[in-house]
Amino acid sequence: MFAAISALALVQAAFASGSKESSGSSSKTVTITYWQYTFPTKVTEINNLVQTFEQQNPNIKVVAQDFPYDQYNQKVTAAMHAGQGPDIMNLYYGWLPLYVGQGYLQPIPSSFMSTSQIESYYVPMIEASKINGQYYSLPIAVRSLALLWNKDLFQKAGLDPNTPPATWDQLISDAKKMTIRKSNGQLEQEGFGWNVTGQGYHTFEEILLREWGVTPFSADGKKVLWNSSPAGLQAFTYWIDMATQDKIGEQSFLQNYNTAFMAGKAAMIIDGSFDVAAIQKAAKFPWGVTTPPTKTVGGVQSNFGSFWTNGFAKGVTGDQLAAAEKFMKFLISPETERSWLKNVGELPAAKSFANDSAINNDPIYGPFVQGLKSAHATFFVDETAERQAMSDEIDKILLQNAPIQQTFDELVAKEQQIRDKYFAKQS
Amino acid sequence: MCGVLFVALPFLWMILSSLKSLSDFYSFTFFPKHIDWSAYQYIFGQTEYLRWYLNSFIVGIVVTVSGLLFDSLIGYVLAKHRFPGSKVVFVLILSTFMIPTEMLVIPWYVMSVKLHWVDSYWGIMFPGMIEAFGVFLMRQFMFGVPDDLLNAARIDGMSEFRIWWNVAVPQVKPALSALGIITFLGNWNAYLWPVIIISSSKMRTLPVGIALYASADNGGGIQWNTIMAMSTIAVIPIIIVFLIFQKQIVEGITLTGVKG
Amino acid sequence: MDLKAKRTVTAYSFLALPSLFFLLIRIFPTLSAFSLSVHTQKGSLTTSNYHQMFADPVFWHSLLNTLAYVVLTIPLQIVIGLLMAMAIERVERLRWFYRIVYFLPYITSIVAVSWVWRLMYDPNTGLFNEILGWVGIAPQNFLQDPKEALISVGAVMIWQMMGFSMLIYSAGLQAIPRLYYSAARIDGAGSWKIFWRITLPLLNPTTAFLAVTGGIQAMQTFTQVENLTGSSGAAAGGPLHSTVSMVVYMYNNGFQEFNMQYASAVAVVLFVIIMIITLFQLKTISRTIEY
Repeated sequence: MFAAISALALVQAAFASGSKESSGSSSKTVTITYWQYTFPTKVTEINNLVQTFEQQNPNIKVVAQDFPYDQYNQKVTAAMHAGQGPDIMNLYYGWLPLYVGQGYLQPIPSSFMSTSQIESYYVPMIEASKINGQYYSLPIAVRSLALLWNKDLFQKAGLDPNTPPATWDQLISDAKKMTIRKSNGQLEQEGFGWNVTGQGYHTFEEILLREWGVTPFSADGKKVLWNSSPAGLQAFTYWIDMATQDKIGEQSFLQNYNTAFMAGKAAMIIDGSFDVAAIQKAAKFPWGVTTPPTKTVGGVQSNFGSFWTNGFAKGVTGDQLAAAEKFMKFLISPETERSWLKNVGELPAAKSFANDSAINNDPIYGPFVQGLKSAHATFFVDETAERQAMSDEIDKILLQNAPIQQTFDELVAKEQQIRDKYFAKQS
Repeated sequence: MCGVLFVALPFLWMILSSLKSLSDFYSFTFFPKHIDWSAYQYIFGQTEYLRWYLNSFIVGIVVTVSGLLFDSLIGYVLAKHRFPGSKVVFVLILSTFMIPTEMLVIPWYVMSVKLHWVDSYWGIMFPGMIEAFGVFLMRQFMFGVPDDLLNAARIDGMSEFRIWWNVAVPQVKPALSALGIITFLGNWNAYLWPVIIISSSKMRTLPVGIALYASADNGGGIQWNTIMAMSTIAVIPIIIVFLIFQKQIVEGITLTGVKG
Repeated sequence: MDLKAKRTVTAYSFLALPSLFFLLIRIFPTLSAFSLSVHTQKGSLTTSNYHQMFADPVFWHSLLNTLAYVVLTIPLQIVIGLLMAMAIERVERLRWFYRIVYFLPYITSIVAVSWVWRLMYDPNTGLFNEILGWVGIAPQNFLQDPKEALISVGAVMIWQMMGFSMLIYSAGLQAIPRLYYSAARIDGAGSWKIFWRITLPLLNPTTAFLAVTGGIQAMQTFTQVENLTGSSGAAAGGPLHSTVSMVVYMYNNGFQEFNMQYASAVAVVLFVIIMIITLFQLKTISRTIEY
């Protein structure tokens, strides 16, 4: 009996070494590992890119592995703790302070790409990924926000399906016409997919505040300036009123804003280019894309940009680093970025594409690219905590009728606390 | 009867949803507009689903067998051998159940790296080979084994080990069956540890594979019908295991320890 | 060697290998987690993690919520499980069918379960509000309402676990020798008396098991809260921390922020509470019956 179990255990132990990838066999082939989260089109694209790269570089083998999004950070943590991380890892730019703080990444070697080279190659928004004046990662593609609208619902409400609202006031008045409620108050259709934790807080921080004339953060990222002028409270109140006074949308309607849009139950949403592929598949109605509204006709435009980016793991040196640098160069090249746009649907991060007419005239990606011109990426010190603080405080207003001004000030104080804690750790 | 419907509803929804096309999800209908097998075609054509299935099977069976053997042995000893410290040992074993797995995965991973168990079957299986939960269950049921039987066997000169295997174990078949189902199910659905220990796509178990399609990146196109199809097929072995084992529960009793 | 000593040696020799296993796999990592809890992220010794925890109102919310989950779900899922197991015993044909149907909630994938329940709870389009509408009750917000969210999550937990209790009780009922029942009937005892005096006491080890393990598992509630209240945008535990359990709190504050030290401190506190509750239960509920 015990013999049987021991035998079984031995057999399993034999399995143990069976599936490990062998690194660097004969004749100076270097094997590097690339980690990313599982996003099917990205995974396929990376696999294709790896094949091309390996053909061009026969002495380098790239092992690309992907993991479920929800557990990605834990996987990286476990691996780095055990000293067995990848050579290059892909991460959301908002996680950089955390990753750098934990010592997972090394700065981009200046021999590979200096700070000034990086800044002249890329669109300005990636400066938000600088930590202590250094870059720790390089993106392939970026995303921005746009206003998407359901042409059928516009038509049904008597609005011109080809004229989306250009100002926020126009958006609210259009949305009111497209919000339908049952007699008991239940929502059947919302005019605008208003939300906080989707793109809502980005919309507030980088679009509304700036359009109202308020810069959300100080240049060094240390101070939260939302209530630095009365215009900040005005913008906040304006935004909250959409849900509480104008009642053009509810956060929880049909689980979330993009589900509601794809189901044809939300007439307009502000969403990122990353959702386009899903919407194309799911939406059974004609829809359009345009840049987000402004405060006044022809007024200040602003947008929120974000990006996933690639960094070298700390501790990678010598031949490994050299091989990893070659792969990185390949990844961020304009050819790769063009292919990425076609297959993944994310916008190229290199500045050189800003005037590419093919992209600019694309009916779907055009407005997103135009949005890039005025896009700011928020420098998050702790993206999760900052988002949660916003969600909690606004819930107080939505669910408990807390007074807006007081709650706004509390929120700013909370956000400031998060920043203070982070910067205190840095010194 | 409506009780049956109530408990079976999500299950039925899962099966029906696996036959929907993606857009059906956004209309929130219960039944598919028309039967769409594309999710199943996708699973078997484009993913390594069958490989994940195999991995989950291997892991599930080995861990279940190990669990049944060791848990019943330990439970037997704790219940039927009055020795100093038995209560302490029991509480100690039980205490290992009181720490959330999340806290243990990193030490386990570091251990696995040192022992080269990363990305292997053994790496996935080792934390689950003996479960405090199972030990507890077996102990409770071993209490019900009549001492007379055990003493009779001892007088006959049987070794303690044979007594456990030949006398005690048959008495607790219903409990073993229940434990078998639960252990297999627990391992079949185990997610956190496998995600951490597995690196290559060919070693993935089912929950890890399904999660790849279930997690959303800020809303990036969840393939609901694929997830439901994967979950539907994943449920089949569990039902089979259940049906096999639960027969044991119904017909489990052999000796009833008739006195005199 | 006298009998007692021989017994002890036998017992410990059987336990040797498994104990080694537990030591390595469970106890050492647990101890290392405990030690982590008194260190800062830079490595120095401190009790600041505990200070921070006890000063955080969300932590206390999570503690209360967790206890609420235990009190709310354990008794109900045990009682319903027992009733289901006994009802199935009475059925003549198709027992296996009923068993598996009532076990389905436990085996259905959590993704499917939470999606369906979320849809049923949806304030605008959900089934529950539909039904409430028929009897003239105003629509409720369920998972969106801080006052209702915890009970809503608890209902899903009971729904999932009652099949589990049923399975264990089925095994337990089978272990009762038929002899006792026939003897009691000969003595003229009625069904109710049989249940109270024979069945229930003989099920005591089973009930003890379900209460203790149920309690431990409920204290560690995570998956249901995560799947019913979490989304790609908001962290689980809302709205306004009305559903956050201790493990969810630990996860949000420890793992999301890479602060393993803080997470360990929460785990330690959780461990202590579970240990206290379990020991209490073991003393009061668990008695073995000899006949």
